[in-house]
Amino acid sequence: MVERTPFLNFFTHLILFVGFVFCVAPFAVVAIAASHNLRDVNDVPMSLLPGSDFWVNIKTAWVTAGLGPKLLNSFIVAGGVAAGKVIISALTAFSIVYFRFPGRMFIFWLIFVTLMLPLEVRIVPTYAVVANVLSPYQAILDVTGFSWLIEKLSGVQVSLNLGLLNSYPGLILPLVATATGTFLYRQFFLTVPDELTEAARMDGAGPLRFFIDVLLPLSRNNMAALGTIMFLWAWNQYLWPLLITTDQSHAMAVTELKQLIPNVGGTPEWHIAMAGTLIVMLPPLVVVVLMQRWIVRGLIATEK
Amino acid sequence: MASITIRGVKKNYAKTQVVHGVDLDFASGEFVVILGPSGCGKSTLLRMIAGLEEISDGTIAIDGLVVNKLEPRERGCAMVFQNYALYPHMSVAQNIGYSLKVAGIPAAERNQRIQAVARTLELEHLLDRKPMALSGGQRQRVAMGRAMIREPKVFLFDEPLSNLDAKLRVQMRSEIRKLHRRLNATSVFVTHDQVEAMTLADRLVIMNGGKVEQVGTPSEIYTRPASRFVATFVGAPAMNMLEGTVELDGLSLLGGSRRLAMARAGLPVGTKVAMGIRPEAVRLVASGSAGALDATVDLVEELGAGRVIYVDLDGAPFSVMTSEAVHPEPGSTIGLKILPEDMHFFSSETGSRLDVFKASVPEPAL
Amino acid sequence: MEKRVTFSSWTIGILFAVPQLLLIFTFFYWPAGQAVYWSLTLQQPWGGGNIWVGLDNFRSILANADYWNSITASLVFAGISTGLAMFIALVLAALTDRQLAGSRLYRVVLIWPYGIAAPALALAFRFILAPEAGFLSVINRIWPGIWDPGLDGADAMASIIVAFSWKYVGYNFIFFLAAFQAIPRSLIEAAAMDGSGVIRRFWDIQFPLITPTIFFLLVINITESFQDSFGIVDIMTSGGPANATNLMVYKIYSDGFKGLDYSGAAAQSIILMLLIIVLTIFQFRFIERRVHYG
Repeated sequence: MVERTPFLNFFTHLILFVGFVFCVAPFAVVAIAASHNLRDVNDVPMSLLPGSDFWVNIKTAWVTAGLGPKLLNSFIVAGGVAAGKVIISALTAFSIVYFRFPGRMFIFWLIFVTLMLPLEVRIVPTYAVVANVLSPYQAILDVTGFSWLIEKLSGVQVSLNLGLLNSYPGLILPLVATATGTFLYRQFFLTVPDELTEAARMDGAGPLRFFIDVLLPLSRNNMAALGTIMFLWAWNQYLWPLLITTDQSHAMAVTELKQLIPNVGGTPEWHIAMAGTLIVMLPPLVVVVLMQRWIVRGLIATEK
Repeated sequence: MASITIRGVKKNYAKTQVVHGVDLDFASGEFVVILGPSGCGKSTLLRMIAGLEEISDGTIAIDGLVVNKLEPRERGCAMVFQNYALYPHMSVAQNIGYSLKVAGIPAAERNQRIQAVARTLELEHLLDRKPMALSGGQRQRVAMGRAMIREPKVFLFDEPLSNLDAKLRVQMRSEIRKLHRRLNATSVFVTHDQVEAMTLADRLVIMNGGKVEQVGTPSEIYTRPASRFVATFVGAPAMNMLEGTVELDGLSLLGGSRRLAMARAGLPVGTKVAMGIRPEAVRLVASGSAGALDATVDLVEELGAGRVIYVDLDGAPFSVMTSEAVHPEPGSTIGLKILPEDMHFFSSETGSRLDVFKASVPEPAL
Repeated sequence: MEKRVTFSSWTIGILFAVPQLLLIFTFFYWPAGQAVYWSLTLQQPWGGGNIWVGLDNFRSILANADYWNSITASLVFAGISTGLAMFIALVLAALTDRQLAGSRLYRVVLIWPYGIAAPALALAFRFILAPEAGFLSVINRIWPGIWDPGLDGADAMASIIVAFSWKYVGYNFIFFLAAFQAIPRSLIEAAAMDGSGVIRRFWDIQFPLITPTIFFLLVINITESFQDSFGIVDIMTSGGPANATNLMVYKIYSDGFKGLDYSGAAAQSIILMLLIIVLTIFQFRFIERRVHYG
């Protein structure tokens, strides 16, 4: 369109540039602070010219907070959550879109409701469940009298116990137990033409074959989008890992940032703290940069 | 190759009934076209044969075996869909061979059969392409190949040509016909396009409102339409209909301005009937000549090979198709001549054909 | 919208849903039910009997000034940070949508903050906003003691608001830009042919057409400000000073896991759940009206 709006264009560029600085500055500050030594980082104002201690600081932060194994844990958990979501949501969406069984709408609503309550607000009882993941089933057996019955009949006392604190399943499974992905797939499945299903049936394919041979290959884009957002989401989890990993061996990178907060008293070691921050924020940033298309697509599709 | 027997088949969706008891017999190797306006239940009937829709009532048998409860794959039918329904993520070869893969046929044999089908349909150079990279006609061929490869007993076509442009449609029509001659499998073809229906069918089934109106060869349907619906639905431009009333010694037409002398043949005086005349059966004569109906020209539509003349016949719209090189001006008067053997009569009440009249040439009422 | 074609086998259909159902039963419905049970009883942490106390837990929470303080702090936080994050994102998205030179770069960069973990950006902002180092400390050189999030509640609140808003500008930007780009180009061109200028078009055409997105983001931002704030608070202020930033989720965590008051924490969870459910229902009712299900 031909439009002469020099002033407006000037302000557009100006505001966008300010916004750009506003977005990038924290990254830059973190990176620059991570390159200073103890004295320079505490200068007021801090020099914006990079110092020379970058690699030293990175190494110190890496060792102090033990980031190596924790980054690995973060990758395992974020990967596990992403994979779990991608698979389980696809199965569920297939069930509620392509079958007509009694109670289907009930299941739909059961899953739908989980969208409303994030993990954070039911954190205390969820922690109790993960401490013994079989406790709900034990309670059901107790209340229904089955425990009593089994004990009478066999003399064995029913005591189900499987603790998941400080374990990967304990970290991953509660994060998978929401509906986000299910509705992403559902929306997509509804757009798959009915004729394709009919053609598959005429070709002799049953539900399982149709799911594997036709539906899943067609869902590749959705899987990429969902996997990306879920990876980021899980990587950035803080409260849940903080609670259930009392043991360092399963701690995640993001929760370890707390170790890097400089102590009060003495000159604060901000250069180390910022080096650690940089390491922890880098993997999701790389994912955002590389997978931008999928993130935008996935976010917009899951929230609809 | 198989015969299909349909007995009292009905289809209900919740409260609405879309197919009201259909009885049909298709002979082995026959090419049957089901023709009807949209919503007449023709696709539903086809899908019931395929096993894609439950049969609410009645039975469908293929080769004498009732298939009501069989899954689509157990019926030995193959289907070509309106929008082709090709699997977008599979290559042409994979699309064609998918049913064999599902059936667990080893890759070597599968490839051989894919090659054979591709050769028949001239798709050999396209086998590695994805459906996205094909033209409409090529997709159509792939859809046919997918149906052919299973060597089915019955071919089902659900308006497969409606997404093609006019030229391609004509070409595909003759290819389907040739293919049928070669494979000789029983084929059921659903369409709303009467030219397609006429050119393809061994036998034609006309459906309307969930019922079968008439079954017959294309020429039977054209020359002796069993009902007013069939008469007006088949043929273009549509058959002219003039309303009339039975009188003592004939028929009063056009609100009494014309009359036909004829034997009453048992119909009570006052019975409402409709007289139908195909536009192409009307002859043009000089206005005022003996036995001619005078009419005023409204509009002339040039078709190249011929022309359609829309006229006003005593206040009723009427159309005439002629290949003569006449170009009457709108507003001028022309004479129309209709022969008794070209007249069709239908009951105004039931719409069914009446073969009871012996009519003469219509003449002005005295 | 429903599928015309479905598979008839019930058992297979239900089997496909079983993994998800097991997960949400174990990790969602059971804990949620447990929270309700705990909120109505008084129990010893990890063992001991539960005593039924009815609504006593709720009464004691609602009578507690600290709790009201926490609610107020949460609402202040939610209100200001949502307003800030949405306004900035809306302006940036609207300007980026003008597609002047460089807009591709902005489109890429403005999304970055979304990917950063709340605690990581919190630590970065803790440094940037630190009173004795970093950048805001310059102010303290000029007027000593005017800025100290460690001592002044308002400063602490401002710090967490800045950190949270920064992340959600990126998030909101994604949605606003998508909404702007979903507006058919022909509409804008028609308005231009009608003689409407850039700013006029924004108010008359683009803004009305993206109100559903504004409304949707409003709800999401508020709910996220209740949840995603935890990491920011924990790293930047630990709820202090003097409970000035003790937001609801943080208080649930500190009462439950540090104070070991499970019943009180459960009752607080229930109140927060109700709050979020009300917001969500509000949102779904709205979306229901907006989206046409074929």
